[in-house]
Amino acid sequence: MANKPPPFWQREKYTPYILLLPAILTLVFVVLLPLLFSLYTSFTGYRLIRPESLYQWVGLRNYERIFSDGDFWSAFGRTIIFLTIALNVEFLLGLGIALLINKITWGQRTLRTIMMFPMMFSPILVGYQFKFVFNDNIGILNNALQSLGLSDGAIPWLVDKYLANFAIIFAEVWMSTSVFAILLLAGLFAMPRDPLEAAKVDGCTPWQVFRHITLPFLMPFVFIAMTIRSLDVARAYDIVDVMTGGGPAGRTELLWTLIARTGYDNARMGQANAMAYVSIILSIAFTYYFFTKLIAARKYMGGAA
Amino acid sequence: MAEITLKDVVKRYGKVEVVHGINLDIAHNEFVVLVGPSGCGKSTTLRMIAGLEDISDGTISIGPEVVNDLPPRKRNISMVFQNYALYPHMSVRENLGFGLKIAKQDAATIKRRVDEAADILGLDALMDRTPAELSGGQRQRVAMGRAIVRHPEAFLFDEPLSNLDAKLRVQMRTEIKKLHQKVKTTVVYVTHDQVEAMTLADRIVVMKDGHIEQVGTPMDVFNHPVNTFVASFIGSPPMNLLPATVQNGTVVFSDGKSVPVPARLKDRVREGQEVIFGLRPDDLTPVGHGIAEAGDSARVALDIILSEPLGTETILYTTIAGQEAQGKMFGPRNVLPGETLEFDLAMDKAHIFDAESGKTVRLD
Repeated sequence: MANKPPPFWQREKYTPYILLLPAILTLVFVVLLPLLFSLYTSFTGYRLIRPESLYQWVGLRNYERIFSDGDFWSAFGRTIIFLTIALNVEFLLGLGIALLINKITWGQRTLRTIMMFPMMFSPILVGYQFKFVFNDNIGILNNALQSLGLSDGAIPWLVDKYLANFAIIFAEVWMSTSVFAILLLAGLFAMPRDPLEAAKVDGCTPWQVFRHITLPFLMPFVFIAMTIRSLDVARAYDIVDVMTGGGPAGRTELLWTLIARTGYDNARMGQANAMAYVSIILSIAFTYYFFTKLIAARKYMGGAA
Repeated sequence: MAEITLKDVVKRYGKVEVVHGINLDIAHNEFVVLVGPSGCGKSTTLRMIAGLEDISDGTISIGPEVVNDLPPRKRNISMVFQNYALYPHMSVRENLGFGLKIAKQDAATIKRRVDEAADILGLDALMDRTPAELSGGQRQRVAMGRAIVRHPEAFLFDEPLSNLDAKLRVQMRTEIKKLHQKVKTTVVYVTHDQVEAMTLADRIVVMKDGHIEQVGTPMDVFNHPVNTFVASFIGSPPMNLLPATVQNGTVVFSDGKSVPVPARLKDRVREGQEVIFGLRPDDLTPVGHGIAEAGDSARVALDIILSEPLGTETILYTTIAGQEAQGKMFGPRNVLPGETLEFDLAMDKAHIFDAESGKTVRLD
């Protein structure tokens, strides 16, 4: 008596795929298709105001154009510099804050909450706030400097090439240092006390204890924070757009402000997508770098008391 | 040369005093064990010697120097921690050499001393592993190795064996004793395990509630406990402590049974004194099953409640004057619950403590 085989969706070897189907479909429609679509448009002369240009295949011309464009490379380089400075300053400040808060025995919870305040504001609002702080005519900073007699003229905080970039980095650091601080504080809480005491007995000065024991233990936490923040900063747009709009004359242009301008203001969506792909590769490179570091730093952490 | 001297050492946390003015002289190369129940202040005392806790009052000196205000790194001591406290990101070799590297020794010296320590502790095969790749016993050995490479004035051990399993603990105990014979140095060792204290110490310091109860050689502390606490803490199973009254030259228990006052203590007790009669299980043995001929013995018939055979001996649970007491049967035979046996009480080994103060009546 030959059994009729069950329909294929009831066969055991298809079960995993059927169970995964909803997830696969979601990923395909939400991530993969838009990604492929935008990749396709980066090879077309797609302009938002002329939908028919979506079918205008131009090959690698968008890429050729951005790679030979000085403005693009300036924005690219500025993004990397911006990222490097912001991450390092945030790391150092965050580490300092975490070490200080870790020492406090009274009111620590309250301080931890207060420390998180900057993260509770929308980046747009932070941008507006600092735009007014740094405004050369009515800004509180110039006002304070002049009242204190530290400066006699209006300092063009958001106009000068270096000062404007400084102002943006300052806002970024103000807003996000607590990401580092909170992650490093978590690391300090998780840190076993015994090796610190062993190091003290072994002859270490407080600085040596920090350098040889505390810091290596914190490195995995540092790299986690670096990964998160590098993704964050590499897509920086809102603060910059609000404070300077990438200007004046492109002096504070970062990759994403340039991409947004190209895509929406100039309606050259194809070219903007080409830039976006380059910027994604940059982000992936940073993530990969920090993850490699993270894995190297964590290797010895498993199971050791 | 490093004697360690504690003079009226007090430790307070805020208003709470946990160590109440203890005095202790530790001789050069002596192995001293601080033993006591949890919270007796033994670890705190050790950590004050190490410099990991401030000294609230009194002085601690290592060698001729008062070290109260010296940070740990200037005291030239090594410490082995309960949780090993190895540096997780360093290999065994780096762990061992870390102290020397910090002390800016040259590479050749570091290598020589690290190899020497590895050799003493049998760590040669493990030198390139990280602590995560070691077993508990191996980690403990690395921790000890890290202590000995620095050739310190003194070793401090803070319950180093309590994280190991029973078998390994016994093995490491022997290794520590051997190590001390090889590397002659002053050792202060903290434990709550009286067996460790007995087996390792040149001198035992029994502590309770921040006070030192008794200082003496293991045999001294075992044979001549100064009070009921030391009597019950040292020795396993613990000494039987039975309340009684002295009447007409006999010790009368609450149920009316009585034994004569031991001859050597006759003139130490007074008529009508409330006392606690102490007798180790080893000295409460069924007739014919004792360790040695009882010199001055009293006989009592006792009912057996429970017996625990251990092979070479059996521990017998019985009641004397309504209170549980333990005896031992050497060269044991099977004993059934409910059986009544005639016991020898080795009166020349018996102790009498004053019931009120808990102190021994044998004042030397």
